[in-house]
Amino acid sequence: MSTARSKKWAQAKTGYLFLLMPLLIFGVFTIFPMVFAFMISLYDWNLLIPDKPFIGLGNYIELFQDEVFLIAIKNTVIYAIGVVPVQTILSLFLAFIMNQKLPGRAFFRTAFYIPAVTASVVTSTIFIWIYSKPGLLNYLLSQVGVEGTDWLTNPSTALLSIMALNVWSTSGYFMITFLAGLQNIPKSVYEAAKIDGASTWTQFWKITVPMVRPVTYFVVVLGLIGCFQVFDQVFIMSQGGPVNSTTTMSFFVYLNSFKYFRLGYGAAGAVVLAAIIYIVTVIQKKYLPPDPY
Amino acid sequence: MREIKLSKILFWLLLVVMTAFYMGPFLFSLSISFNAEQDVFQWPIKLLPEKWTLNNYLHVWQDLPFSTWLTNSLIITVVQTLTNVFFASLAGFAFARLNFPGKNLIFSIFMASLMIPGIILLVPKFIVLNEMNLINTYAGIMLPGLITVVNIFLMKQFFETIPKDLEEAALIDGCSYFRIFWQIFLPVSKPALAAVAIYTFQGSWNEFMWTVIVTTTSDMFTLPVGMNFLKNEFQVNWPLLMSGTILISLPTLIIFLVFQRYFVEGVASSGSKE
Repeated sequence: MSTARSKKWAQAKTGYLFLLMPLLIFGVFTIFPMVFAFMISLYDWNLLIPDKPFIGLGNYIELFQDEVFLIAIKNTVIYAIGVVPVQTILSLFLAFIMNQKLPGRAFFRTAFYIPAVTASVVTSTIFIWIYSKPGLLNYLLSQVGVEGTDWLTNPSTALLSIMALNVWSTSGYFMITFLAGLQNIPKSVYEAAKIDGASTWTQFWKITVPMVRPVTYFVVVLGLIGCFQVFDQVFIMSQGGPVNSTTTMSFFVYLNSFKYFRLGYGAAGAVVLAAIIYIVTVIQKKYLPPDPY
Repeated sequence: MREIKLSKILFWLLLVVMTAFYMGPFLFSLSISFNAEQDVFQWPIKLLPEKWTLNNYLHVWQDLPFSTWLTNSLIITVVQTLTNVFFASLAGFAFARLNFPGKNLIFSIFMASLMIPGIILLVPKFIVLNEMNLINTYAGIMLPGLITVVNIFLMKQFFETIPKDLEEAALIDGCSYFRIFWQIFLPVSKPALAAVAIYTFQGSWNEFMWTVIVTTTSDMFTLPVGMNFLKNEFQVNWPLLMSGTILISLPTLIIFLVFQRYFVEGVASSGSKE
Protein backbone atom coordinates (compact mmCIF):
# COMPACT_ATOMS: atom_id res chain seq x y z
CA MET A 1 0.00 0.00 0.00
CA SER A 2 2.70 2.42 1.01
CA THR A 3 4.58 1.86 -2.24
CA ALA A 4 1.42 2.57 -4.21
CA ARG A 5 0.94 5.79 -2.29
CA SER A 6 4.54 6.86 -2.73
CA LYS A 7 4.27 6.10 -6.43
CA LYS A 8 1.19 8.28 -6.60
CA TRP A 9 3.00 11.04 -4.78
CA ALA A 10 6.00 10.70 -7.07
CA GLN A 11 3.71 11.04 -10.07
CA ALA A 12 2.04 14.14 -8.65
CA LYS A 13 5.41 15.70 -7.86
CA THR A 14 6.54 15.09 -11.44
CA GLY A 15 3.29 16.57 -12.74
CA TYR A 16 3.70 19.80 -10.78
CA LEU A 17 7.37 20.01 -11.73
CA PHE A 18 6.54 19.64 -15.43
CA LEU A 19 3.96 22.42 -15.12
CA LEU A 20 6.19 24.72 -13.07
CA MET A 21 7.37 27.00 -15.86
CA PRO A 22 3.98 27.36 -17.60
CA LEU A 23 2.30 28.06 -14.24
CA LEU A 24 4.91 30.69 -13.40
CA ILE A 25 4.72 32.50 -16.75
CA PHE A 26 0.97 32.11 -16.88
CA GLY A 27 0.52 33.37 -13.33
CA VAL A 28 2.75 36.41 -13.72
CA PHE A 29 1.74 37.42 -17.26
CA THR A 30 -1.90 36.31 -17.53
CA ILE A 31 -3.73 35.58 -14.26
CA PHE A 32 -2.21 38.32 -12.14
CA PRO A 33 -2.44 40.99 -14.89
CA MET A 34 -6.09 40.15 -15.42
CA VAL A 35 -6.96 40.90 -11.80
CA PHE A 36 -4.49 43.77 -11.68
CA ALA A 37 -6.09 45.41 -14.75
CA PHE A 38 -9.36 46.00 -12.87
CA MET A 39 -7.43 47.45 -9.96
CA ILE A 40 -5.34 49.83 -12.07
CA SER A 41 -8.50 51.07 -13.77
CA LEU A 42 -9.74 52.40 -10.42
CA TYR A 43 -6.69 54.59 -9.89
CA ASP A 44 -5.40 57.77 -11.50
CA TRP A 45 -2.28 55.84 -12.39
CA ASN A 46 0.16 57.97 -14.37
CA LEU A 47 3.60 56.65 -15.25
CA LEU A 48 5.16 60.10 -14.80
CA ILE A 49 3.54 60.96 -11.47
CA PRO A 50 4.54 58.98 -8.35
CA ASP A 51 1.25 59.73 -6.59
CA LYS A 52 -1.52 57.32 -7.64
CA PRO A 53 -4.82 58.38 -6.02
CA PHE A 54 -7.78 55.99 -5.89
CA ILE A 55 -10.60 57.50 -7.91
CA GLY A 56 -13.16 54.67 -7.96
CA LEU A 57 -15.10 54.68 -11.20
CA GLY A 58 -13.65 58.06 -12.17
CA ASN A 59 -11.84 56.70 -15.23
CA TYR A 60 -14.98 54.96 -16.46
CA ILE A 61 -17.08 58.10 -16.04
CA GLU A 62 -14.49 60.10 -17.94
CA LEU A 63 -14.37 57.47 -20.70
CA PHE A 64 -18.04 57.76 -21.48
CA GLN A 65 -17.75 61.54 -21.62
CA ASP A 66 -14.69 61.33 -23.86
CA GLU A 67 -15.80 62.00 -27.42
CA VAL A 68 -12.78 60.17 -28.86
CA PHE A 69 -13.60 57.02 -26.87
CA LEU A 70 -17.18 57.04 -28.14
CA ILE A 71 -15.89 57.45 -31.70
CA ALA A 72 -13.47 54.56 -31.03
CA ILE A 73 -16.36 52.32 -29.92
CA LYS A 74 -18.31 53.25 -33.04
CA ASN A 75 -15.33 52.62 -35.34
CA THR A 76 -14.55 49.29 -33.67
CA VAL A 77 -18.14 48.07 -33.99
CA ILE A 78 -18.29 49.14 -37.66
CA TYR A 79 -14.98 47.38 -38.20
CA ALA A 80 -16.09 44.08 -36.68
CA ILE A 81 -19.55 44.10 -38.27
CA GLY A 82 -18.03 44.87 -41.65
CA VAL A 83 -15.08 42.50 -41.60
CA VAL A 84 -16.33 39.35 -39.86
CA PRO A 85 -19.21 38.38 -42.21
CA VAL A 86 -17.21 39.14 -45.35
CA GLN A 87 -14.10 37.25 -44.27
CA THR A 88 -16.16 34.30 -42.98
CA ILE A 89 -18.11 33.94 -46.23
CA LEU A 90 -15.02 34.48 -48.36
CA SER A 91 -12.96 31.91 -46.46
CA LEU A 92 -15.75 29.33 -46.59
CA PHE A 93 -16.05 29.96 -50.30
CA LEU A 94 -12.28 29.55 -50.79
CA ALA A 95 -12.31 26.35 -48.74
CA PHE A 96 -15.18 25.00 -50.83
CA ILE A 97 -13.20 25.61 -54.01
CA MET A 98 -10.05 24.11 -52.51
CA ASN A 99 -12.00 21.01 -51.50
CA GLN A 100 -12.81 20.22 -55.16
CA LYS A 101 -10.61 17.95 -57.22
CA LEU A 102 -8.51 20.30 -59.29
CA PRO A 103 -5.01 20.36 -60.71
CA GLY A 104 -2.57 22.65 -58.89
CA ARG A 105 -4.67 22.70 -55.72
CA ALA A 106 -1.63 23.02 -53.45
CA PHE A 107 -0.46 26.06 -55.43
CA PHE A 108 -3.76 27.90 -55.07
CA ARG A 109 -4.07 27.00 -51.41
CA THR A 110 -0.60 28.42 -50.78
CA ALA A 111 -1.38 31.57 -52.77
CA PHE A 112 -4.48 32.27 -50.66
CA TYR A 113 -2.72 31.46 -47.41
CA ILE A 114 0.49 33.49 -47.82
CA PRO A 115 -1.02 36.86 -46.73
CA ALA A 116 -2.01 35.18 -43.45
CA VAL A 117 1.57 34.14 -42.59
CA THR A 118 3.10 37.48 -43.56
CA ALA A 119 3.96 40.06 -40.89
CA SER A 120 1.30 42.73 -40.38
CA VAL A 121 3.95 45.40 -40.89
CA VAL A 122 4.72 44.00 -44.34
CA THR A 123 1.13 43.76 -45.57
CA SER A 124 0.27 47.15 -44.08
CA THR A 125 3.26 48.85 -45.71
CA ILE A 126 2.43 47.33 -49.08
CA PHE A 127 -1.17 48.47 -48.74
CA ILE A 128 -0.17 52.03 -47.85
CA TRP A 129 1.38 52.13 -51.29
CA ILE A 130 -1.59 50.42 -52.94
CA TYR A 131 -4.03 52.88 -51.33
CA SER A 132 -2.01 56.04 -52.02
CA LYS A 133 -3.25 58.60 -54.53
CA PRO A 134 -0.89 57.49 -57.32
CA GLY A 135 -1.06 53.84 -56.14
CA LEU A 136 -2.11 50.52 -57.58
CA LEU A 137 -5.78 50.68 -56.59
CA ASN A 138 -6.32 54.02 -58.32
CA TYR A 139 -4.38 52.75 -61.33
CA LEU A 140 -6.71 49.75 -61.64
CA LEU A 141 -9.75 51.99 -61.13
CA SER A 142 -8.55 54.40 -63.80
CA GLN A 143 -8.42 51.47 -66.25
CA VAL A 144 -12.18 51.14 -65.93
CA GLY A 145 -12.71 54.90 -65.96
CA VAL A 146 -13.26 55.47 -62.24
CA GLU A 147 -11.45 58.25 -60.47
CA GLY A 148 -10.14 57.17 -57.10
CA THR A 149 -9.18 59.09 -53.99
CA ASP A 150 -6.30 59.15 -51.52
CA TRP A 151 -7.83 56.24 -49.64
CA LEU A 152 -6.02 56.51 -46.31
CA THR A 153 -6.14 60.28 -45.87
CA ASN A 154 -9.79 60.60 -46.82
CA PRO A 155 -11.89 60.34 -43.62
CA SER A 156 -14.74 58.64 -45.43
CA THR A 157 -12.63 55.83 -46.92
CA ALA A 158 -9.75 55.28 -44.44
CA LEU A 159 -11.50 52.84 -42.10
CA LEU A 160 -13.04 50.95 -45.00
CA SER A 161 -9.61 50.59 -46.61
CA ILE A 162 -8.12 49.05 -43.46
CA MET A 163 -11.12 46.73 -43.18
CA ALA A 164 -10.54 45.53 -46.75
CA LEU A 165 -6.89 44.82 -45.93
CA ASN A 166 -8.01 42.78 -42.92
CA VAL A 167 -10.35 40.65 -45.06
CA TRP A 168 -7.56 40.10 -47.56
CA SER A 169 -4.99 39.07 -44.98
CA THR A 170 -7.14 36.84 -42.73
CA SER A 171 -9.45 35.00 -45.13
CA GLY A 172 -6.68 32.56 -46.13
CA TYR A 173 -6.15 31.56 -42.52
CA PHE A 174 -9.80 30.78 -41.94
CA MET A 175 -9.92 29.00 -45.31
CA ILE A 176 -7.61 26.35 -43.80
CA THR A 177 -9.83 26.09 -40.71
CA PHE A 178 -12.88 25.56 -42.91
CA LEU A 179 -10.99 23.13 -45.13
CA ALA A 180 -10.37 20.87 -42.12
CA GLY A 181 -14.12 20.96 -41.39
CA LEU A 182 -15.04 20.25 -44.99
CA GLN A 183 -12.78 17.22 -45.12
CA ASN A 184 -14.77 15.70 -42.26
CA ILE A 185 -17.95 15.69 -44.38
CA PRO A 186 -18.35 12.17 -45.78
CA LYS A 187 -17.98 12.01 -49.57
CA SER A 188 -21.06 9.79 -49.76
CA VAL A 189 -23.29 12.73 -48.81
CA TYR A 190 -22.16 14.68 -51.88
CA GLU A 191 -22.40 11.59 -54.08
CA ALA A 192 -25.98 10.99 -52.99
CA ALA A 193 -26.80 14.63 -53.75
CA LYS A 194 -25.19 14.34 -57.17
CA ILE A 195 -27.30 11.27 -57.98
CA ASP A 196 -30.36 13.28 -57.02
CA GLY A 197 -29.20 15.89 -59.55
CA ALA A 198 -28.20 18.65 -57.12
CA SER A 199 -25.99 21.34 -58.69
CA THR A 200 -22.68 22.38 -57.12
CA TRP A 201 -24.39 25.54 -55.89
CA THR A 202 -27.21 23.58 -54.22
CA GLN A 203 -24.68 21.21 -52.68
CA PHE A 204 -22.83 24.21 -51.23
CA TRP A 205 -25.95 25.66 -49.58
CA LYS A 206 -27.73 22.47 -48.58
CA ILE A 207 -24.78 20.30 -47.51
CA THR A 208 -21.60 22.30 -46.95
CA VAL A 209 -23.00 25.31 -45.09
CA PRO A 210 -25.07 23.36 -42.53
CA MET A 211 -22.42 20.68 -41.98
CA VAL A 212 -19.60 23.12 -41.16
CA ARG A 213 -21.73 25.11 -38.74
CA PRO A 214 -19.55 24.30 -35.69
CA VAL A 215 -16.47 25.48 -37.61
CA THR A 216 -18.33 28.62 -38.71
CA TYR A 217 -19.11 29.36 -35.07
CA PHE A 218 -15.43 29.04 -34.18
CA VAL A 219 -14.34 31.22 -37.14
CA VAL A 220 -16.84 33.95 -36.21
CA VAL A 221 -15.77 33.95 -32.54
CA LEU A 222 -12.08 34.19 -33.46
CA GLY A 223 -12.85 36.79 -36.13
CA LEU A 224 -14.80 38.96 -33.69
CA ILE A 225 -12.14 38.74 -30.97
CA GLY A 226 -9.47 39.67 -33.53
CA CYS A 227 -11.42 42.54 -35.11
CA PHE A 228 -12.43 44.08 -31.80
CA GLN A 229 -8.75 44.29 -30.91
CA VAL A 230 -7.37 45.47 -34.26
CA PHE A 231 -4.21 47.49 -33.66
CA ASP A 232 -1.22 46.82 -35.92
CA GLN A 233 -2.85 48.01 -39.15
CA VAL A 234 -4.22 51.17 -37.55
CA PHE A 235 -0.92 51.96 -35.88
CA ILE A 236 1.09 51.41 -39.06
CA MET A 237 -1.25 52.84 -41.68
CA SER A 238 -3.12 55.75 -40.16
CA GLN A 239 -2.30 56.32 -36.44
CA GLY A 240 -6.04 56.71 -35.91
CA GLY A 241 -6.35 59.54 -38.40
CA PRO A 242 -7.59 61.39 -40.33
CA VAL A 243 -9.70 63.17 -37.68
CA ASN A 244 -10.08 59.98 -35.59
CA SER A 245 -11.85 58.21 -38.43
CA THR A 246 -9.71 55.07 -37.84
CA THR A 247 -9.25 55.32 -34.06
CA THR A 248 -10.22 51.89 -32.76
CA MET A 249 -10.58 50.94 -29.09
CA SER A 250 -7.21 49.15 -29.04
CA PHE A 251 -5.51 52.17 -30.53
CA PHE A 252 -7.26 54.41 -28.01
CA VAL A 253 -5.99 52.20 -25.17
CA TYR A 254 -2.47 52.29 -26.61
CA LEU A 255 -2.51 56.04 -27.09
CA ASN A 256 -3.66 56.85 -23.57
CA SER A 257 -1.51 54.23 -21.83
CA PHE A 258 1.76 54.49 -23.67
CA LYS A 259 1.76 57.90 -25.35
CA TYR A 260 0.02 59.99 -22.68
CA PHE A 261 1.18 57.59 -19.90
CA ARG A 262 -2.33 57.53 -18.38
CA LEU A 263 -2.15 53.86 -17.47
CA GLY A 264 -5.28 53.90 -15.27
CA TYR A 265 -7.37 55.51 -17.98
CA GLY A 266 -5.98 53.15 -20.64
CA ALA A 267 -6.64 50.10 -18.44
CA ALA A 268 -10.24 51.25 -17.95
CA GLY A 269 -10.64 51.51 -21.72
CA ALA A 270 -9.28 47.97 -22.08
CA VAL A 271 -11.71 46.67 -19.45
CA VAL A 272 -14.64 48.22 -21.36
CA LEU A 273 -13.37 46.64 -24.58
CA ALA A 274 -13.02 43.22 -22.91
CA ALA A 275 -16.56 43.58 -21.54
CA ILE A 276 -17.91 44.38 -25.01
CA ILE A 277 -16.10 41.35 -26.48
CA TYR A 278 -17.51 39.16 -23.71
CA ILE A 279 -21.06 40.40 -24.26
CA VAL A 280 -20.82 39.92 -28.02
CA THR A 281 -19.57 36.32 -27.69
CA VAL A 282 -22.36 35.53 -25.19
CA ILE A 283 -24.95 36.97 -27.59
CA GLN A 284 -23.43 34.96 -30.42
CA LYS A 285 -23.54 31.75 -28.39
CA LYS A 286 -27.19 32.38 -27.55
CA TYR A 287 -28.51 33.38 -30.98
CA LEU A 288 -26.04 31.66 -33.31
CA PRO A 289 -25.02 28.50 -31.42
CA PRO A 290 -22.45 26.11 -32.94
CA ASP A 291 -25.02 23.32 -33.04
CA PRO A 292 -28.64 24.33 -33.64
CA TYR A 293 -30.12 20.92 -32.77
CA MET B 1 -21.86 19.66 -73.10
CA ARG B 2 -21.21 23.27 -74.03
CA GLU B 3 -22.72 24.51 -70.82
CA ILE B 4 -20.34 22.40 -68.76
CA LYS B 5 -17.42 23.83 -70.69
CA LEU B 6 -18.53 27.41 -70.06
CA SER B 7 -18.88 26.85 -66.33
CA LYS B 8 -15.42 25.30 -66.31
CA ILE B 9 -13.93 28.36 -68.03
CA LEU B 10 -15.68 30.65 -65.56
CA PHE B 11 -14.39 28.57 -62.65
CA TRP B 12 -10.79 28.83 -63.83
CA LEU B 13 -11.20 32.52 -64.56
CA LEU B 14 -12.41 32.98 -60.99
CA LEU B 15 -9.38 31.07 -59.69
CA VAL B 16 -7.00 33.25 -61.68
CA VAL B 17 -8.68 36.44 -60.43
CA MET B 18 -8.54 35.21 -56.82
CA THR B 19 -4.88 34.27 -57.16
CA ALA B 20 -4.10 37.72 -58.57
CA PHE B 21 -6.05 39.27 -55.69
CA TYR B 22 -4.05 37.42 -53.02
CA MET B 23 -0.63 37.39 -54.69
CA GLY B 24 -0.73 40.66 -56.65
CA PRO B 25 0.28 42.96 -53.79
CA PHE B 26 3.39 40.86 -53.11
CA LEU B 27 4.38 40.72 -56.78
CA PHE B 28 4.10 44.49 -57.14
CA SER B 29 6.14 45.14 -54.03
CA LEU B 30 8.74 42.74 -55.40
CA SER B 31 8.76 44.71 -58.65
CA ILE B 32 9.18 48.02 -56.83
CA SER B 33 12.03 46.63 -54.74
CA PHE B 34 14.07 46.14 -57.93
CA ASN B 35 13.30 49.60 -59.28
CA ALA B 36 16.34 51.79 -59.83
CA GLU B 37 14.34 55.03 -59.81
CA GLN B 38 13.45 56.36 -56.41
CA ASP B 39 10.36 58.14 -57.59
CA VAL B 40 7.96 55.30 -58.25
CA PHE B 41 5.05 57.64 -57.79
CA GLN B 42 4.87 58.70 -61.41
CA TRP B 43 1.48 58.58 -62.97
CA PRO B 44 0.54 56.33 -64.61
CA ILE B 45 2.47 53.83 -62.50
CA LYS B 46 4.61 51.24 -64.20
CA LEU B 47 4.00 47.65 -63.22
CA LEU B 48 7.58 46.70 -64.02
CA PRO B 49 10.69 48.84 -63.45
CA GLU B 50 12.38 50.38 -66.51
CA LYS B 51 15.78 50.09 -64.90
CA TRP B 52 16.41 47.07 -62.69
CA THR B 53 18.80 47.13 -59.74
CA LEU B 54 19.79 45.22 -56.61
CA ASN B 55 21.02 48.39 -54.91
CA ASN B 56 17.92 48.77 -52.75
CA TYR B 57 18.63 45.47 -51.04
CA LEU B 58 22.28 46.39 -50.64
CA HIS B 59 21.34 49.75 -49.18
CA VAL B 60 18.89 48.23 -46.69
CA TRP B 61 21.54 45.77 -45.57
CA GLN B 62 24.52 48.13 -45.34
CA ASP B 63 23.35 51.60 -44.45
CA LEU B 64 20.49 50.93 -42.08
CA PRO B 65 20.47 49.34 -38.63
CA PHE B 66 18.96 46.33 -40.37
CA SER B 67 21.55 43.86 -39.06
CA THR B 68 20.96 44.98 -35.44
CA TRP B 69 17.23 44.44 -35.85
CA LEU B 70 17.83 41.10 -37.55
CA THR B 71 19.97 39.98 -34.61
CA ASN B 72 17.28 41.07 -32.13
CA SER B 73 14.59 39.32 -34.12
CA LEU B 74 16.62 36.12 -34.37
CA ILE B 75 17.50 36.00 -30.66
CA ILE B 76 13.91 36.57 -29.58
CA THR B 77 12.37 34.22 -32.12
CA VAL B 78 14.83 31.37 -31.51
CA VAL B 79 14.57 31.58 -27.71
CA GLN B 80 10.75 31.72 -27.76
CA THR B 81 10.55 28.84 -30.22
CA LEU B 82 12.84 26.62 -28.11
CA THR B 83 11.10 27.40 -24.81
CA ASN B 84 7.68 26.84 -26.34
CA VAL B 85 8.64 23.51 -27.86
CA PHE B 86 10.27 22.25 -24.65
CA PHE B 87 7.90 23.55 -21.97
CA ALA B 88 4.70 23.10 -23.96
CA SER B 89 5.52 19.45 -24.65
CA LEU B 90 6.53 18.89 -21.02
CA ALA B 91 3.23 20.39 -19.85
CA GLY B 92 1.31 18.54 -22.56
CA PHE B 93 2.86 15.29 -21.29
CA ALA B 94 1.84 16.08 -17.72
CA PHE B 95 -1.75 16.78 -18.79
CA ALA B 96 -1.96 13.75 -21.07
CA ARG B 97 -0.21 11.10 -18.99
CA LEU B 98 0.21 12.02 -15.31
CA ASN B 99 -2.36 12.07 -12.54
CA PHE B 100 -2.21 14.66 -9.81
CA PRO B 101 -4.69 16.63 -7.71
CA GLY B 102 -5.94 19.78 -9.46
CA LYS B 103 -4.93 18.64 -12.95
CA ASN B 104 -8.32 19.18 -14.55
CA LEU B 105 -8.81 22.49 -12.78
CA ILE B 106 -5.44 23.82 -13.96
CA PHE B 107 -6.15 22.64 -17.49
CA SER B 108 -9.56 24.28 -17.63
CA ILE B 109 -8.14 27.54 -16.30
CA PHE B 110 -5.50 27.39 -19.04
CA MET B 111 -8.14 26.81 -21.71
CA ALA B 112 -10.47 29.49 -20.34
CA SER B 113 -7.61 31.99 -20.53
CA LEU B 114 -7.72 31.66 -24.32
CA MET B 115 -10.90 33.71 -24.17
CA ILE B 116 -9.22 36.62 -22.36
CA PRO B 117 -8.70 39.46 -24.84
CA GLY B 118 -4.97 40.28 -24.91
CA ILE B 119 -5.67 44.00 -24.81
CA ILE B 120 -6.71 43.91 -21.14
CA LEU B 121 -3.31 42.46 -20.15
CA LEU B 122 -1.18 45.12 -21.86
CA VAL B 123 -1.08 47.80 -19.18
CA PRO B 124 -0.64 45.43 -16.20
CA LYS B 125 2.06 43.42 -18.02
CA PHE B 126 3.86 46.68 -18.74
CA ILE B 127 3.68 47.75 -15.08
CA VAL B 128 4.94 44.34 -13.89
CA LEU B 129 7.92 44.47 -16.25
CA ASN B 130 8.54 48.10 -15.37
CA GLU B 131 8.74 47.14 -11.68
CA MET B 132 11.28 44.47 -12.62
CA ASN B 133 13.24 47.08 -14.64
CA LEU B 134 12.81 44.96 -17.75
CA ILE B 135 11.36 47.57 -20.12
CA ASN B 136 13.46 47.86 -23.28
CA THR B 137 15.31 44.58 -22.64
CA TYR B 138 15.27 41.20 -24.39
CA ALA B 139 13.71 39.68 -21.27
CA GLY B 140 10.92 42.25 -21.36
CA ILE B 141 10.13 41.46 -24.98
CA MET B 142 10.40 37.68 -24.55
CA LEU B 143 9.07 36.70 -21.11
CA PRO B 144 5.29 36.95 -21.69
CA GLY B 145 5.56 34.75 -24.81
CA LEU B 146 7.92 32.06 -23.48
CA ILE B 147 5.07 29.56 -23.31
CA THR B 148 1.64 29.80 -24.91
CA VAL B 149 -1.45 27.85 -23.94
CA VAL B 150 -2.37 26.89 -27.51
CA ASN B 151 0.92 25.02 -27.83
CA ILE B 152 0.33 23.13 -24.56
CA PHE B 153 -3.10 22.18 -25.88
CA LEU B 154 -1.68 20.97 -29.21
CA MET B 155 0.94 18.80 -27.48
CA LYS B 156 -1.58 17.33 -25.02
CA GLN B 157 -3.90 16.40 -27.88
CA PHE B 158 -1.05 14.75 -29.73
CA PHE B 159 0.32 12.80 -26.75
CA GLU B 160 -3.15 11.40 -26.04
CA THR B 161 -3.04 9.59 -29.39
CA ILE B 162 0.13 7.67 -28.44
CA PRO B 163 -0.63 4.08 -27.29
CA LYS B 164 0.11 3.30 -23.64
CA ASP B 165 1.95 -0.02 -24.09
CA LEU B 166 5.38 1.53 -24.57
CA GLU B 167 5.44 3.63 -21.44
CA GLU B 168 3.94 0.86 -19.30
CA ALA B 169 6.84 -1.41 -20.14
CA ALA B 170 9.28 1.41 -19.39
CA LEU B 171 7.56 2.16 -16.06
CA ILE B 172 7.89 -1.47 -14.97
CA ASP B 173 11.57 -1.23 -15.80
CA GLY B 174 11.76 1.71 -13.40
CA CYS B 175 12.24 4.53 -15.90
CA SER B 176 11.60 8.05 -14.62
CA TYR B 177 8.76 10.04 -16.18
CA PHE B 178 11.22 12.49 -17.62
CA ARG B 179 13.07 9.68 -19.38
CA ILE B 180 9.82 8.31 -20.74
CA PHE B 181 8.96 11.78 -21.97
CA TRP B 182 12.39 12.40 -23.44
CA GLN B 183 13.23 8.99 -24.89
CA ILE B 184 9.84 7.57 -25.82
CA PHE B 185 7.41 10.45 -26.40
CA LEU B 186 9.54 13.14 -28.02
CA PRO B 187 11.06 10.94 -30.77
CA VAL B 188 7.62 9.88 -32.03
CA SER B 189 6.15 13.40 -31.80
CA LYS B 190 8.12 15.14 -34.52
CA PRO B 191 5.07 16.30 -36.53
CA ALA B 192 3.47 17.93 -33.48
CA LEU B 193 6.75 19.43 -32.31
CA ALA B 194 7.33 20.81 -35.80
CA ALA B 195 3.85 22.36 -35.82
CA VAL B 196 4.49 24.04 -32.47
CA ALA B 197 7.93 25.24 -33.58
CA ILE B 198 6.73 26.65 -36.89
CA TYR B 199 3.73 28.28 -35.32
CA THR B 200 5.75 29.93 -32.59
CA PHE B 201 8.46 31.02 -35.01
CA GLN B 202 5.95 32.70 -37.26
CA GLY B 203 4.07 34.44 -34.44
CA SER B 204 7.24 35.54 -32.74
CA TRP B 205 8.93 36.77 -35.93
CA ASN B 206 5.86 38.80 -36.91
CA GLU B 207 4.98 40.12 -33.42
CA PHE B 208 4.37 43.86 -33.52
CA MET B 209 2.20 45.36 -30.79
CA TRP B 210 3.98 44.07 -27.71
CA THR B 211 7.40 44.98 -29.10
CA VAL B 212 6.18 48.50 -29.92
CA ILE B 213 5.05 48.93 -26.32
CA VAL B 214 8.03 47.42 -24.54
CA THR B 215 10.89 48.88 -26.63
CA THR B 216 11.91 52.52 -26.30
CA THR B 217 15.17 52.82 -28.24
CA SER B 218 15.84 51.76 -31.82
CA ASP B 219 18.70 49.43 -30.88
CA MET B 220 16.16 47.12 -29.20
CA PHE B 221 13.75 47.06 -32.15
CA THR B 222 12.92 43.85 -33.94
CA LEU B 223 12.61 43.79 -37.73
CA PRO B 224 8.86 44.54 -37.90
CA VAL B 225 9.11 47.47 -35.48
CA GLY B 226 12.29 48.73 -37.13
CA MET B 227 10.60 48.46 -40.49
CA ASN B 228 7.75 50.64 -39.29
CA PHE B 229 10.27 53.14 -37.92
CA LEU B 230 11.94 53.23 -41.34
CA LYS B 231 8.61 53.80 -43.00
CA ASN B 232 8.20 57.02 -41.07
CA GLU B 233 11.77 58.12 -41.76
CA PHE B 234 11.88 57.28 -45.45
CA GLN B 235 8.27 57.75 -46.50
CA VAL B 236 9.36 58.72 -49.98
CA ASN B 237 11.83 55.92 -50.68
CA TRP B 238 9.46 53.14 -51.66
CA PRO B 239 12.01 50.90 -53.43
CA LEU B 240 14.01 50.82 -50.19
CA LEU B 241 10.93 50.13 -48.05
CA MET B 242 9.71 47.40 -50.35
CA SER B 243 13.05 45.59 -50.38
CA GLY B 244 12.90 45.73 -46.57
CA THR B 245 9.42 44.19 -46.54
CA ILE B 246 10.56 41.45 -48.91
CA LEU B 247 13.58 40.64 -46.71
CA ILE B 248 11.42 40.47 -43.57
CA SER B 249 8.93 38.13 -45.26
CA LEU B 250 11.52 35.69 -46.58
CA PRO B 251 12.16 33.58 -43.43
CA THR B 252 8.48 32.95 -42.68
CA LEU B 253 7.76 32.41 -46.36
CA ILE B 254 10.54 29.84 -46.77
CA ILE B 255 9.61 28.03 -43.57
CA PHE B 256 5.97 28.01 -44.63
CA LEU B 257 6.72 26.63 -48.08
CA VAL B 258 9.02 23.92 -46.72
CA PHE B 259 6.82 22.84 -43.81
CA GLN B 260 3.36 23.61 -45.25
CA ARG B 261 1.97 20.27 -44.14
CA TYR B 262 2.60 20.96 -40.44
CA PHE B 263 1.19 24.46 -40.71
CA VAL B 264 -2.06 23.22 -42.13
CA GLU B 265 -2.30 20.49 -39.49
CA GLY B 266 -1.74 23.02 -36.74
CA VAL B 267 -4.51 25.32 -37.91
CA ALA B 268 -6.79 22.36 -38.52
CA SER B 269 -6.40 20.93 -35.03
CA SER B 270 -6.71 24.31 -33.31
CA GLY B 271 -9.93 24.76 -35.26
CA SER B 272 -11.48 21.53 -34.07
CA LYS B 273 -11.20 22.17 -30.39
CA GLU B 274 -14.61 23.78 -30.06
